[in-house]
Amino acid sequence: MIPVAFEYQRATSVDDAIAKLAASGGGKFIAGGHSLVPLMKLRLSEPAQLIDIARIPGLSGIRASGGRIAIGATTTHYEIAASPLLRDQCPMMAEAATEIGDPQVRNRGTIGGSIAHADPAADFPAVVLALDADIVLKGPTGARTVKASAFFRGFYDVDLGAGELITAIQFAPVKSAGYAKLRQRASHYAVVGVAAALEVSGGVIRSARVGLTGATTHAVRLTSLEAALAGKRADAVAAACAGAANDVADVNADLHASADYRKAMIPVFARRAVERALAR
Amino acid sequence: MSTSAPVLPKLIGERVKRREDPRLIRGLGTYVDDLKVTGMRHLAFKRCDIAHGTITSIDTSAAAKMTGVEAVYTGADIAKILAPMPIGTPFPSPPHHAVAVDVVRYAGEPVALVVASDRYLARDAADAIVVTYDPLPAVVDPEAAMTGQPTVIHKDFPHNLAVALVPSGTGVAPDYSSIDNSAVDKAFADAEVVISQRMVNHRLVPNAMEPRGVLAHWEPGKDTMTIWSSTQNPHILKTMIAAMNGLGQHQVRAIAPEVGGGFGAKINIYAEEYVCSVVSKQLGLPIKWVEDRSEAFVATTHGRDIIGYIDLAARKDGKVLGLKMRLIADIGAYNMLLTAAIPTLTMLMANGTYDIPAIRTTLTEVFTNKTPTDAYRGAGRPEATYFVERAMDMLARELKMDPAEVRRKNFIKPNQFPYQTQMGAVYDSGDYEKALDAALTASNWKGLVAERDQARAEGRLVGLGLAFYVEVCGLGPSSSLPTGGWEHGQVTIERDGRITATTGASPHGQGNETTFAQMLADQFSVPFEHVTILHGDTGIVKQGIGTFGSRSQAVAGTALHLAGGKVRKKMAQFAAAMLEASEDDIVFENGMVGVKGAPAKAKPFAAIAAYAYVPVPLPPGMEPGLSDEAFFEPNNNTYPFGCHISMLEIDRETGEPKLLKLIAVDDAGHLINPLIVEGQIHGGLAQGIGQAMIEEAVYNEDGQLLTGSFMDYALPRATDFPRFELSATVTPTPVNPLGAKGVGEAGTLGSTPCIVSAAVDALSQFGVTHIDMMLRPEKLWRIIHNHGGGRS
Ligand SMILES: Cc1cc2nc3c(=O)[nH]c(=O)nc-3n(C[C@H](O)[C@H](O)[C@H](O)COP(=O)(O)OP(=O)(O)OC[C@H]3O[C@@H](n4cnc5c(N)ncnc54)[C@H](O)[C@@H]3O)c2cc1C
Repeated sequence: MIPVAFEYQRATSVDDAIAKLAASGGGKFIAGGHSLVPLMKLRLSEPAQLIDIARIPGLSGIRASGGRIAIGATTTHYEIAASPLLRDQCPMMAEAATEIGDPQVRNRGTIGGSIAHADPAADFPAVVLALDADIVLKGPTGARTVKASAFFRGFYDVDLGAGELITAIQFAPVKSAGYAKLRQRASHYAVVGVAAALEVSGGVIRSARVGLTGATTHAVRLTSLEAALAGKRADAVAAACAGAANDVADVNADLHASADYRKAMIPVFARRAVERALAR
Repeated sequence: MSTSAPVLPKLIGERVKRREDPRLIRGLGTYVDDLKVTGMRHLAFKRCDIAHGTITSIDTSAAAKMTGVEAVYTGADIAKILAPMPIGTPFPSPPHHAVAVDVVRYAGEPVALVVASDRYLARDAADAIVVTYDPLPAVVDPEAAMTGQPTVIHKDFPHNLAVALVPSGTGVAPDYSSIDNSAVDKAFADAEVVISQRMVNHRLVPNAMEPRGVLAHWEPGKDTMTIWSSTQNPHILKTMIAAMNGLGQHQVRAIAPEVGGGFGAKINIYAEEYVCSVVSKQLGLPIKWVEDRSEAFVATTHGRDIIGYIDLAARKDGKVLGLKMRLIADIGAYNMLLTAAIPTLTMLMANGTYDIPAIRTTLTEVFTNKTPTDAYRGAGRPEATYFVERAMDMLARELKMDPAEVRRKNFIKPNQFPYQTQMGAVYDSGDYEKALDAALTASNWKGLVAERDQARAEGRLVGLGLAFYVEVCGLGPSSSLPTGGWEHGQVTIERDGRITATTGASPHGQGNETTFAQMLADQFSVPFEHVTILHGDTGIVKQGIGTFGSRSQAVAGTALHLAGGKVRKKMAQFAAAMLEASEDDIVFENGMVGVKGAPAKAKPFAAIAAYAYVPVPLPPGMEPGLSDEAFFEPNNNTYPFGCHISMLEIDRETGEPKLLKLIAVDDAGHLINPLIVEGQIHGGLAQGIGQAMIEEAVYNEDGQLLTGSFMDYALPRATDFPRFELSATVTPTPVNPLGAKGVGEAGTLGSTPCIVSAAVDALSQFGVTHIDMMLRPEKLWRIIHNHGGGRS
């Protein structure tokens, strides 16, 4: 529980952070520290320098403009959970944030850190997939934007270049969206977590986007479920969700849940997520 | 006496807030980790990462070269200055080196250590030590270990039997010289119904909020050793540290500063305490070691881990005729101070609250390649309660009887106390039906049954559980404890009338600073704020045993009460001289000492105290001063009891259990402070429910602890519980003048079986009669799923 020695610097702006990291040689950004510090304490991560981005002015906060919402990278889970804007326009986002860990974790952890770290059982990856969010990045060679569906590539593997920083998550808010999760009872991470964002009119699901976390190496879209849900009314949701796990291969297994069980939970939580979305 | 003075309230029985809390909550407590001594160095251990193997090489050269590293020791180096560690039980035990020599037997066992100028450096240097091993097969399943395959962990213990079959119960001579099975055999032959079940009471990690820590300071000029440790029993620590360092007890002072929980795991005197002391002595430097959380998971003793093969013989009307318990305790790789004794408490309490005519228990303790076990809140009694209560529940289910009625039918009756059990215990007092009825009323049992049935009709999986317990507490006469079974208290009236008292029971969360002050404030009729309780320092507290086995109030509280009585008598004599009255007429009232029937004569308490220290004139035959002590040894243990009821729902689709209600009626005799009692019960319930529902230490086949952090080991959170509904019945004990029994562990006894029984009840429609803890959602889901019960 004692990390190796490291240097610590606080960045004053995004550009300053990028410059400091580039100059550090083996450094890492730190935001809430709630994924990084546990790894450092176990000496599974031994960065020589930490560049603290948590207090960069303007990097946190939730803003709406032009029909889209941008959440700054260092916005904490708590701020997301408590945001009146999100609760009103995109309640799934706030709902998912309240489900993360415990109050300590939510007060420190940030959405940027969660997405960058991409724990296979983290909650936000499923949510940003369902929202078809843009991940806004800035690095030594400039700024770019990546679709969430392209960002999560594999086991702790994301499309984040060396020295690149997530600055914001942007999306068009969806009111009819819900998140449902089976909690791992020690950490409260997702054993299985499903986020569903629906376009509904006249009681019919016109289109759906569904993100799944916890079950596989990284969060994924459940495209065949999305197709199955299209055109369905509430009474047909359960049947549509029954096959939710059909195209999910290589399901995770660990101490808390076997692959069989996890797989069986996918349709359950898919249905619950969709039902929550429909109830909004 | 002035009539306008406010009248002091009687404090015994009042819900006085813990005076410890303001400092603890605000971070003003001083724990071992907060201590600094000039010249202090930091010690860190290199621990093995395999569960079983022969050490082939230890390369300490890189560590030794690091600037700031002052010394490096291997197990062999330590063995030259420290003998193998002693144990406190009379069972045979293999040598246990504080730092492993040649062979490692569990993952986390120390193999080497470094001493360095700061803690980070010490940790880096420990990392730089390179150890190679020839791995040996590991064995983690005790029933496999008993076959002696695939490995024998200690060479003189074939089949890994630490304690081979010990029988106990009906027809067993106290020295085990003869065993007459006829009564037990007859009970089973006569039985109309027999319940047989293998049950596992699984392993837990105690997880005190404060991990352990030690600071040992040998002062060469004075030839004294001061050792600060996060321990439950500084006096035992002092004795052991003196013995292992070849010192007289007068040369050692042990201090337990603020201790952030122990739960029994800080009774043991650990390798780290001995090592810090011998290294400090050898180097002539203060040496500090503080356990980190990852270390605590493997280096601090675990609890429970007993398999029980339970057979219950009964008549169709529910009357139990006989009980058999075959116990297999997985004690891990070594015997620690009390390890071997803990499962014997399971035997002792095998019959629970029932008058069972014939009982046979047998106990086998087995070595495995895991962290050693020792006491953990309840220590052997939760296991006994779990086994007998689950069996009673199975009997009720088999006979389609109400679980309360089966118990009622078999209870030991009030007129049978003191009740000599077949297992050798003498239960002091009890009125089990009263507590049962109180619990049925408090829970509105009939209403709960209706609620459950209604929920079931709606397709929900809801179950009810009821469990009764009796615990052995207030340890105990010296015949039952190798340390001695007394406690010590000293009461001093200071010159200004304030009271300073010391207790040998060193608390670590029990609130004794508050409860003992309540008692003494009442005894002398002075304000609560005028009484201070000191503890935890053998330099201040003359003698003591420690805090464990729910003994503080019953034993240490009584010692203080007796010491207080002696001082009060002497003070009355001074007052009699000063007020020119007879000693028998002196009354202590409302902060004054006066004469019965002559209120005008009363003098402030402080005035009598001042006179006792400057006694002009000194009353004939008296010594100045007001201070006295008492040792109290009870002639028996105390046996608190109670009834816990729970309602639990299982999610059909996911198997997730949710506790809806927990109602507890506990009888701990007279309560000094019901608020603190409830706090103790809350904590015990949290741990008992934790075991039933979410806590489990899991090892893989190679002996690696898979639940080695809070990310995988679920420690209960407040949000895991409903609001506990608590109440009490009061059946005083005749064993001590306070009538108090002890309550520190009680919550862990009743809650665990009552929750498992509720889960079984919830799943009974699927033909389930028993489920082993903990209630893993996947396990429950499989039961539901395999019976096609997934959709409501
Ligand atoms: C006890 C516990 C329980 C938890 N339970 C849950 C849970 O239920 N659900 C859940 O989803 N999560 C859970 N978490 C994880 C938590 O949400 C973390 O806070 C989050 O995963 C990481 O965010 P952070 O700000 O703390 O990142 P850090 O720990 O500071 O950083 C994590 C990684 O991301 C990088 N990084 C951080 N910010 C950026 C950025 N803006 N751009 C690029 N790289 C960046 C860092 O360099 C580092 O590699 C839990 C954590 C703990 C300790």
